[in-house]
Amino acid sequence: MSKQEQHWEKTRNLLFITLAIWFVFSIGIFLFGAEMQESSIRPFGYPLTYWFTCQGSLAIFVILIFWFAGRQEKIDDEFGFTEREGDQ
Amino acid sequence: MIKGKFIDNLPKVYGIYTGGFLVFIIIMAIAEQMGMTAKMIGIFFVSFTVLIYALIGWLSRTLQTDAYYVAGRQVPTVFNGMATAADWMSGASFVAMAGGIYFKGYGYMALLVGWTGGYVLVASLLAPYLRKFGCYTVPDFIGTRYGGNLARFSAVIVLTVASFTYVTAQINATGTIASVALDIPFEIAVYVGLASILMCSMLGGMRAVTWTQVAQYIVLIIAYLLPVFWISNNIGAGFFPHFMLADEVARIAELEGQFGFVKNSAADLATVPKGLSAITKAHSSVNATPWAFISLAVCMMAGTASLPHVMMRYFTTPSVRTARRSVGWSLFFIFLLYSSAPMLATLSKISLMDPNLATGIIGKSITEVQALDWYQNWNQAKLMFVSDFNGNGTLELNEFFMKGSAVVLATPEIAGLPYVISGLVAAGGMAAAMSTADGLVLAISNALSHDVYYKIINPKAETAKRLIVARVLLVLIGFAGATIAALEIQGILGSVIWAFDFAMSGLFFPLVLGVWWKRANAPGAVAGMLLGLISGTAYLVWVRSGGSGFLGITQLTFGIVGAAVSLVSMIVVSLITAAPDAATQKMVDDVRVPSGKTILGKQH
Repeated sequence: MSKQEQHWEKTRNLLFITLAIWFVFSIGIFLFGAEMQESSIRPFGYPLTYWFTCQGSLAIFVILIFWFAGRQEKIDDEFGFTEREGDQ
Repeated sequence: MIKGKFIDNLPKVYGIYTGGFLVFIIIMAIAEQMGMTAKMIGIFFVSFTVLIYALIGWLSRTLQTDAYYVAGRQVPTVFNGMATAADWMSGASFVAMAGGIYFKGYGYMALLVGWTGGYVLVASLLAPYLRKFGCYTVPDFIGTRYGGNLARFSAVIVLTVASFTYVTAQINATGTIASVALDIPFEIAVYVGLASILMCSMLGGMRAVTWTQVAQYIVLIIAYLLPVFWISNNIGAGFFPHFMLADEVARIAELEGQFGFVKNSAADLATVPKGLSAITKAHSSVNATPWAFISLAVCMMAGTASLPHVMMRYFTTPSVRTARRSVGWSLFFIFLLYSSAPMLATLSKISLMDPNLATGIIGKSITEVQALDWYQNWNQAKLMFVSDFNGNGTLELNEFFMKGSAVVLATPEIAGLPYVISGLVAAGGMAAAMSTADGLVLAISNALSHDVYYKIINPKAETAKRLIVARVLLVLIGFAGATIAALEIQGILGSVIWAFDFAMSGLFFPLVLGVWWKRANAPGAVAGMLLGLISGTAYLVWVRSGGSGFLGITQLTFGIVGAAVSLVSMIVVSLITAAPDAATQKMVDDVRVPSGKTILGKQH
């Protein structure tokens, strides 16, 4: 496998992991909105589903993007595909 | 005080700007104490901020294409994040979203999840790759990746339909705010709003829009957060509302049980002014089916990843790496406002509902409420209404009506804050609507001037001529948008949601598959864009004209139909026609690695 194919495979795997986490917190948990609302887990005292829609999911997305960016930069570095001065 | 290049001094420049703005707020507060009228404060706030933006727009004027189209590709990560946040958070986010949550509760909170979750798709699927491509506009990417004027032109059509729907809503929002703050009729206020928008973008294109958007973000975030914290402290709900309003949320549920949701008769509702509603849904309980919630969230997420005015902000960063990080910063700055919107809705509702608070009006006598100063102001602006339907003399929950957009604008007054805060909120709403309208008008006129005029009609046009055409189109589109906004066909929130559905129907899969599926070709992309847009629109028209719809897809989520048709037709047509040539495949390979030259040259 060429260097570029390996790079793309790792990039794609990172995408799948990122999208899986995204799916859980944007769609997955809301399939159980009514059940979660009754849960005894109450972050800061808010009902659980309510908290996720107000803050939880949103904060997770912010962290997820920075984590994704960091991982992708590592992959680019590993294969020497990081941009250099004057590339653009 | 400031030496060297503007770009190197950004933190200093915007630091001074923020300080100056805070001083201005304090001066206004002192002026209010000394007896300045509410009306004058509103006029000062709106006109002062708009003049500052216009000044920035004038200072950023340019005669170069890469400055005009992509701000010279030198906008630093964090500042691009702020500019994107302002570009993104429109009048709908600032003025209408908390109102939507206030009236509809959980069902509309899907917007919070959808309008933030979409950024994960932007960061992982699109932004870095489109930055590597080095395009000026989104149709530029489609046209070069798939090849051919037909693909380019189809992308322009989808972009124009989606962005134009969006921009009419934003001009409507600037008109609403200008008419309340400056006390002029809505039909005139719409054109005042338009003039302010054009002043920011006309001379400097993307460069001017970038630096005004950063300035507008600073105003809008101060204007949104200050009242939330102030009210929360005022009513003793806690000094940091985001973590401390659980008791208030529970108290609202208790009061809702006590007051009950009485359904008004059709005859009673006929007396209520158009567009106003009463609270009919519970505040925090899960009152929408999972599918209703998820389908709306999915549409907003896919729409986010297809809207050209957002995507083109990531063309302005210096590199692929900064484009990726910049998406994270954008979402962080958006998060600051979005996590506050439900808190604002909660505080607004508890202020109105709780009889233990001085501000509570439910349960008071109708005549007492009608005598309130703020009620009279907002009633006069046709944004609030009370009526004693059951004739018992007291105001019931179902007898108090408000327009969705009034929730944010009126809450400071309702909660008894000084008027200076209302003036600040008006300036913030104006900033939010203007910044988005700027980005949208620019996205449309850039697509028409760069993709249609320069790439298709007259490829030999000189730089000066291209930029004149771009500016003329900008003004024409602005006027068309204002004219339609003055008709008020759909509410602000409704039209914005439509724009996302249009964008998702036509552009989501052609963009994503352009990077992630090498086999995708021009006929497939054209089929995907046009059939997606047509089927989505047809579904909307059908449901609007009384059609029953299917699978619980409503007029707010018609993008699901469009995107599904788009995906299927794109794959089928791509597979039955010839694979893209070797040069195109090589181009896709090049897009997938950050290093090396951009696909399109620096100037094109």
